[in-house]
Amino acid sequence: MNEDAWTPIPGSGFDWNPLTGRLHWGDLKLLEVFEDPSINSFVASAASWIAVLAALAIVILLTVKRRWGWLWSEWLVSVDHKKIGIMYILTGFVMMARGVAEGVVMRTHQATAYQGGFLSNEHWAELFSTHGTVMIFFVAMPFITGFMNYLIPLQIGARDMAFPVLNQISLGLTATGGALVMISLVVGAFETGGWTAYPPFTGADFDPGPGPDYWVWAIVLSGIGSMLSGLNFAVTIYKLRAPGMTFMRMPVFCWTALCTSILLVFALPPLTVAGLMQALDRLAGFHFFTNDLGGNMMNYANLFWMFGHPEVYILILPAYGIYSELTATFAAKKLYGYTSLVLATMSIAVVSFCVWLHHFYTMGQSPTINAAFGIATGIIAIPTGVKVYVWMATLWRGRIRFTVPMIYMAGFFMLFVIGGFSGIILANPAINWQVHNTQFIVAHFHNVLLPGLIFGIFAGVHIWFPKAFGFRLHERAGAITAFLWIAGFSLTFLPLYVVGLLGYPRRSAAFEDPAFIPYMIVTLCGAFVLLSAFIGLIVTLWLSVRHRDELAVPLGDPWDGRTLEWATPSPPPHYNFAVIPEITGRDAFATEKAEGRPYVTPTEYRDIHMPRDSVAGVFVFLCTTAIGFGLTWWIWWLAILGALVLLGWMFIYPFFDRTDEVIPAETVRLANEAWIAAISLREGVDRDDETTPRNRGFAATDMEQAT
Amino acid sequence: MARPFATARFLPICVLALAMLAFPAAAQEVGAEARGFLRPLGPIAELQRTELIWASVLISIAILPVLIGVPVILWRYRRRNTRARYAPDWSFDTRLEIVMWVVPALIVIALSVWLTQAVIRIDPYREIDAAMADEMGFEIEGPPVRVDVVGLDWKWLFLYPEEGIASVGEMIVPVGHPVRMRITSDTVMQSFMASGLAGQIYAMAGMETRLNLIADEPGVTLAQNTQYNGPHFPSQRAPVRAVPVAEFDAWADDARRAGVTLDAESYAALAVAGTVDDARERLGLDGAGPIQLRLDDAFLFDRVVGRYRTGEPVPRDAQPGSPAYTPDATFLPEMANLLPGALCGPGDGRPVERVAGLSLSARLAALDLSLPDEETRP
Amino acid sequence: MSAKAQNAHPGMNLGYGEGARKAEVDVFGFWVFLMTDLVTFGLVFAIFGTMVGATAGGPGPEEVTDLRSIAIQTALLLGSSFAFSWASLSMKYDRGRGRTLIFLSFAATSALGFLVMEFIDLRHLVEIGATPQRSGYLSALWALVGLHGLHVAVGLLGVGSLTGQILLYGLTDKIKSRVTRLGLYWHFLDIVWVGIFSMVYLAGVA
Repeated sequence: MNEDAWTPIPGSGFDWNPLTGRLHWGDLKLLEVFEDPSINSFVASAASWIAVLAALAIVILLTVKRRWGWLWSEWLVSVDHKKIGIMYILTGFVMMARGVAEGVVMRTHQATAYQGGFLSNEHWAELFSTHGTVMIFFVAMPFITGFMNYLIPLQIGARDMAFPVLNQISLGLTATGGALVMISLVVGAFETGGWTAYPPFTGADFDPGPGPDYWVWAIVLSGIGSMLSGLNFAVTIYKLRAPGMTFMRMPVFCWTALCTSILLVFALPPLTVAGLMQALDRLAGFHFFTNDLGGNMMNYANLFWMFGHPEVYILILPAYGIYSELTATFAAKKLYGYTSLVLATMSIAVVSFCVWLHHFYTMGQSPTINAAFGIATGIIAIPTGVKVYVWMATLWRGRIRFTVPMIYMAGFFMLFVIGGFSGIILANPAINWQVHNTQFIVAHFHNVLLPGLIFGIFAGVHIWFPKAFGFRLHERAGAITAFLWIAGFSLTFLPLYVVGLLGYPRRSAAFEDPAFIPYMIVTLCGAFVLLSAFIGLIVTLWLSVRHRDELAVPLGDPWDGRTLEWATPSPPPHYNFAVIPEITGRDAFATEKAEGRPYVTPTEYRDIHMPRDSVAGVFVFLCTTAIGFGLTWWIWWLAILGALVLLGWMFIYPFFDRTDEVIPAETVRLANEAWIAAISLREGVDRDDETTPRNRGFAATDMEQAT
Repeated sequence: MARPFATARFLPICVLALAMLAFPAAAQEVGAEARGFLRPLGPIAELQRTELIWASVLISIAILPVLIGVPVILWRYRRRNTRARYAPDWSFDTRLEIVMWVVPALIVIALSVWLTQAVIRIDPYREIDAAMADEMGFEIEGPPVRVDVVGLDWKWLFLYPEEGIASVGEMIVPVGHPVRMRITSDTVMQSFMASGLAGQIYAMAGMETRLNLIADEPGVTLAQNTQYNGPHFPSQRAPVRAVPVAEFDAWADDARRAGVTLDAESYAALAVAGTVDDARERLGLDGAGPIQLRLDDAFLFDRVVGRYRTGEPVPRDAQPGSPAYTPDATFLPEMANLLPGALCGPGDGRPVERVAGLSLSARLAALDLSLPDEETRP
Repeated sequence: MSAKAQNAHPGMNLGYGEGARKAEVDVFGFWVFLMTDLVTFGLVFAIFGTMVGATAGGPGPEEVTDLRSIAIQTALLLGSSFAFSWASLSMKYDRGRGRTLIFLSFAATSALGFLVMEFIDLRHLVEIGATPQRSGYLSALWALVGLHGLHVAVGLLGVGSLTGQILLYGLTDKIKSRVTRLGLYWHFLDIVWVGIFSMVYLAGVA
């Protein structure tokens, strides 16, 4: 360290210069393997090489195929909620590839951890921290946000979100977070304190490096994006429902989306506050969470989990919505207990704010406080239980079709209750004191997030992929993949319950008890099954694209769906509905079909006003990435430039009057009538032929036949 | 359609996994000397195990119907089974609704009553006394032993102020004597768990938390840190040996004769991030394994907590665990320099926030400490 | 729906057309945004509450509170809010954009005065060594006061931007809705200030 050089934080040991901050050539991880050849640095460098090469490959592909213009005008500047939704889900999948790969590397390490494993301890810590951060914030969150984006306007009969440009900005901010995490793979290192990043371990005193800064800015910036998404969804649901779509007529997915939006609006601020305070501690020497001068890390734990627990429900509620839609659809039956489901969803949303302390029963509160939060946690299990029973009752006396979504649903039922079981065990502080911070917790949250959330997402992808792209996903490949996920999950995570009870701490790179070895080997096998399941997803997609002609369902209703989105062609037009439908009851489309009046030609078409494309999302993405990267590496000019440009834009932007794009009534009429004509040329397809090429998306309602 | 071949393949795997879940205790017997709470060494961990078992049984009432019902429903109401009844419009049943809401509610009420009792009964801050022994049906065979624990990077430091000894990497407790522990950290947050005796509690710098436990039979468990705190996190596990009181006394005598005294200087060296063996080397001791030290300063623990409570910044080079830490820069403040209210812990109204009395006797009284009293020792 | 129900924002007098419908959605969205901001402020207040005692031997509430200055700041900020409401009223009753602009400039000047006073106060804190680096209490104080000040500053930029828009385009439906939203923000910051005034300063010296 150069003693004379001025550094922003004295004693931090970083060589700083005004141009590149504390960033130096040595921070490039690509070169690490050449400097110090070992398995560990090979894994680290390989990961960054993969990231760089993958990015390069995409750039080359886009250039060779001359698709830059297409990418820009069709996707990046589009404010269409459907395209934004698809981009969110795609982001989730890309990040998931990284998360799964990291999971497999960690499991491999842990299976050999009795002998010490092959990774360095720092690398291991970076892996579990990025794995958690990526999976929660950049896989699960984009997945659910993507689904809500895609489905909310279609299901409530709206043309777009309440604030389409804001929606694009939210996506930009999520992309910023994802980009920062990906950049950390190549430049510098990520933080090592887990996805929760508890100070003081992540404070400047103990980790002055760029890792925690990457975490803070990735989380704060993408968190603001998520909060704005929540705001947007909530306003959309409150204000833009089609005429007649009362709250109690909304599809259950919209109810869960509404609750999730409310949770996003209330739960993201604590994360932002915690993150910014952490940043102030690190960059400006404040004392919020430091050891000395009155700092108190307990405040961080409280703030983080005031976000963190509602976050669990933010993630799982939309999945519950998907399960609700899918049981009714694939059991060809009305959803049982709609009111109960709505009540349960709402109660979960409210109570989820009253349980955060169960993440740290071990902090030494009085028994009264611990017991109160234990009871609150028990209470939240009641509506969750009700939901599971409601879905069972929906299946009961149905006509169940074992399509891919139903396989996921079955896996969800059997595995999720185990997660619920361990959850209620954890709610009891007396037991929690023993299993807190052990592998038991790891098993528990993977158990609720994988079979709970991820299975729901994949089931949802199978259901709505045909809506979005006009062709179904390959059924057989999808089914095999679903079984691989179920088996992979069971093998990987159920054994962790046992080692957790035996006292194996989480985030542990090594263990000394030989009794754990068999479990860790089973877990390793499971990890490879999970990896193959992830590859299965890619294969399914590839097969589906190859066979897209025989899988095509352009008429829009491949599953005999019940809600409004199925009453549109696949993919739906930019404006969603030729004419905004009048809603007369629940399951709007199913009612129309039962009454024999679906696909009615409207008497009058009107011009449709749609918001114009905008560069706001890309612009915000670039500015906030510059801010985040600049603050991480102390490149002040970059951060200030990004902030000034962003701020200036925010105040100049309103001067430019945004006009709508008008789609003439005639265009709408032609498109709509072509679609209805195509339907009238076809016979409806029976549910027995659902997965055959005869299914073109025009469903014959065969409830009577099946009886 | 269902694909039976896949189901068949998946089934044995599932059975295997469930079988492994069902026999954790059996698996543990293999070569493991240290005992977890599934084979408890004391009544507190035993109660925790009992809670686990009964909570599991109770919750099973709610989840067994799902585990059994779902496969039955899926099979019976498969599309091809035209004999099964089909009720496409059935969507509400009052009695079913009542069952759905009431049964889980009743279970939760039962669990809540239960957990409240348990939490109050084995509150880590509750000092083990005759009343508690009566309540839980165990016996106290002697006066309490006070152990102060300091979490350092990758090792636990156990202070026995009454015995005037300290130990790194090993904790010995006499069977049948309540153990009163105060816990802090002199680095990042840690979590102390001696699974076979009691649950865990966080250790945070500048604060103290408390834990009370008692062993009712000799044996070994592990004091693990479960909160990730850096590269050698997995090494931070010290055996906790519950031994007959005579053996404990002999061990304490041994330690008092140890060559090294734990004072501000040796503490600073000890605090350097490293494993127990690293600490040995740093203290200039031969051999391997746990370290025994003399302890003359009954307030060492309070001074460690107080380091962060003097009103002066603790610079990086004085913070053990920081990469910049240098032992020379470390200081342990005098008791007189601590701010009022310096010793505190989480939770309002807990019996921990005591003013730092400046005279020895006032301080002892305030902290409920008693000097080693020959008459009360057996 | 009845006409009455549709004219949800009489404060803007937009009538019952498309403009009013858009304003309804935008203003509702803004209320939701204010709610998130309220949660943010609430949390910073809560953190401040837990850190009141964490002075670590450094300057405490008595040292950092200059009640005279705080009283003037309060008056300036409340006055600014008052001026803003006059601007809103002139807008509602179509008293011409000149009047609206004059009141807006009163509001902005007053708020600028507040910021200057606050800046002087904070500089004084630095002089007496009450920097946020001194203790947890001061960190929380600076964060809370600073967050509010930052909001006021951003609001000022907003007033500037809106003034330009009014000059360029006049009081169109869209701009009326923006003025209404900025007004909400302005009054919201007042409420937060009342919280800071009583919790940080009055309670500190009481």
